[in-house]
Amino acid sequence: MSGALLDVDNVVRTYSGGLLTRRRVTAVDGVSLRLDAARPEIFTIVGESGSGKTTLARMILNMIAPSAGTIRFDGTDLATIRSSRARLAFMKRVQPIFQNPFESFNPMKRLDRYLFATGRRMAGLSDTTAIADAADTALRSVGLSLAEIRGRYPHELSGGQLQRVAIARALISKPALLIADEPVSMIDASLRASIVNLLRDLRDRLSVSIIYITHDLATAYYISDRIMIMRHGKAVEAGDARTVLDDPQHPYSQLLKQSVLSPDPQHRTVGRQGGSSHA
Amino acid sequence: MGEPVLVVSDLRAYYRTSAFGIEREVRAVDDVSLTIEANEIYGLAGESSSGKTTLIKTIAAAIQPPLEVLGGSVVFNFRDRRVDMHGVDRQHLDAIRWKNLSYIMQGSMNVLNPVRRIRHAFVDFAFRHIGKPMPLFLAVVREHLERLHLAPEVLDAFPHQLSGGMRQRVTIALATVCRPDFIIADEPTTALDVVVQKSVLAMIHEIQRELGSSIIFVTHDMAVHANLTDRLGIMYAGRLVEEGRTADIFRAPRHPYTAHLIASLPRLGDSAPKKGLDGAPPNLAEPPSGCRFHPRCPRATERCAREAAPMASLAPGHRVACFYPEPERSA
Ligand SMILES: Nc1ncnc2c1ncn2[C@@H]1O[C@H](COP(=O)(O)OP(=O)(O)OP(=O)(O)O)[C@@H](O)[C@H]1O
Ligand SMILES: Nc1ncnc2c1ncn2[C@@H]1O[C@H](COP(=O)(O)OP(=O)(O)OP(=O)(O)O)[C@@H](O)[C@H]1O
Ligand SMILES: [Mg+2]
Ligand SMILES: [Mg+2]
Repeated sequence: MSGALLDVDNVVRTYSGGLLTRRRVTAVDGVSLRLDAARPEIFTIVGESGSGKTTLARMILNMIAPSAGTIRFDGTDLATIRSSRARLAFMKRVQPIFQNPFESFNPMKRLDRYLFATGRRMAGLSDTTAIADAADTALRSVGLSLAEIRGRYPHELSGGQLQRVAIARALISKPALLIADEPVSMIDASLRASIVNLLRDLRDRLSVSIIYITHDLATAYYISDRIMIMRHGKAVEAGDARTVLDDPQHPYSQLLKQSVLSPDPQHRTVGRQGGSSHA
Repeated sequence: MGEPVLVVSDLRAYYRTSAFGIEREVRAVDDVSLTIEANEIYGLAGESSSGKTTLIKTIAAAIQPPLEVLGGSVVFNFRDRRVDMHGVDRQHLDAIRWKNLSYIMQGSMNVLNPVRRIRHAFVDFAFRHIGKPMPLFLAVVREHLERLHLAPEVLDAFPHQLSGGMRQRVTIALATVCRPDFIIADEPTTALDVVVQKSVLAMIHEIQRELGSSIIFVTHDMAVHANLTDRLGIMYAGRLVEEGRTADIFRAPRHPYTAHLIASLPRLGDSAPKKGLDGAPPNLAEPPSGCRFHPRCPRATERCAREAAPMASLAPGHRVACFYPEPERSA
């Protein structure tokens, strides 16, 4: 299959002995998706909490292996990537932004050092000023700067600042594919708009493809090319984002759309004015 | 209305660090005053890094260096006692934690101990407050988890075996199972899908109503504020800049920052993102002079660059820190 940047073919991931001591958990249950190399796009995944979105992302990042099915990036089966050289080459091209910024940084490590190490390892830079420039450029694209970050540890930043550092870090190696797991959930509406615009810009100007996992259907609506809705490890509906969100077909997709809270205190659906308090 | 449950007066809390021999003072909370009544849900919103987390850390007395409280006070009137949060010792704070006051920290899904099963967290924090023998206690916990759409089996799981949203609900369960008088929650529902989020908010609301307790709820999600909170405080660059009834703030925001915030709310069906604020968020180590919003404010004059407007009442229960507030709009 040529022409695919990413080809996820019927992947399954089970966990045994974990949560439900005797039963196996099937976190991802036969999901397929394909991103075209010639047409960079923002592919959004939304769905139920616990439906396997992060598990799917970790498989695409080659952090965990599928129990069944295959994932190919640029035609290479991820299962065949073994040597540390091949791993590094893969990591340069596929970068993650994780769900919880408080978990994705080592609390003992200074953020500027972290970014510099990324510049050295992932972007192959060796000159200290070039490394600092690359870090500063990446930080500025998310509304921060190296001067603000220098010498600071993860706990010294607010949630939104830390998440933006995570995004900046992912941009340093100029990847072809970004896997962004809820990148804006801790960011205010105004900054969120700037970051979402940045993602769009990356797609349009630098031809970066983006897998965007989110619970925010309003931003999903306007930045996504395609969308996939997951529940219990399966894709229940997928297609052109606006078509799906304007007129969802699957009952779960419909429920999801109905449950979006309105930013209008006159139309409360939780709380004081009675309303439905069940899901 | 009786005595307020929480009175925060002129609170000032800075981070003081020195790196490379350079002293840095981040003025994260500057002269904030507010009161919260019994049976009230108070929402806190504002720009990223405006000091919301620092404010509630200071209110909960979860203060660690380099954070320092430089002035002001925080006094709670719980059902059974009155507590000056910065005047009591650690033991006293431990006694009220979980029972009177519980605090769900931002990103708290990672405070769960990674090598212990979830069950132990409940036993450690809640067992002695619930005052029931172990089997009954566990039954209470299971029932509570069910209200948050979590299977009882999560008690036997390790944190890494749960999804982000499941961990977030576990911390909400921990903070609510003892039914405290006062709950402080910092972005507690960011990792939840909208269906689960709605029922979690309903559960929080139900507990609040049953007990007449009070909640401070911090989130960027303005739709959550619109649906849950009674009053809303808006922070910008370390200061409270507007406060009023939630309905009034949404209908007629008076501070220019709030007006921008409300105007930029995304709605499902928007075909383009709303415009972000021009200019960079202020650096709180060197905040702008006068009103900290003036460099980005469409209504600013020279006076705003020199002086900061104090919080003043524009209408009963509606305070704004601005010399030139947005005109009042009728519904
Ligand atoms: N290491 C593990 N061991 C056992 N079970 C796991 C493990 N990791 C994930 N799971 C289970 O797999 C399922 C899917 O989890 P995943 O984190 O992929 O969900 P998600 O869609 O990202 O949810 P959220 O929106 O809440 O982040 C959950 O039931 C979870 O408990
Ligand atoms: N331990 C620390 N040392 C130094 N500065 C800190 C520390 N913690 C936070 N800050 C700074 O204090 C300011 C306020 O941070 P805070 O976490 O209170 O913001 P916030 O309003 O909660 O933001 P967010 O919405 O992004 O969570 C920020 O500029 C942040 O960088
Ligand atoms: Mg997840
Ligand atoms: Mg915060």
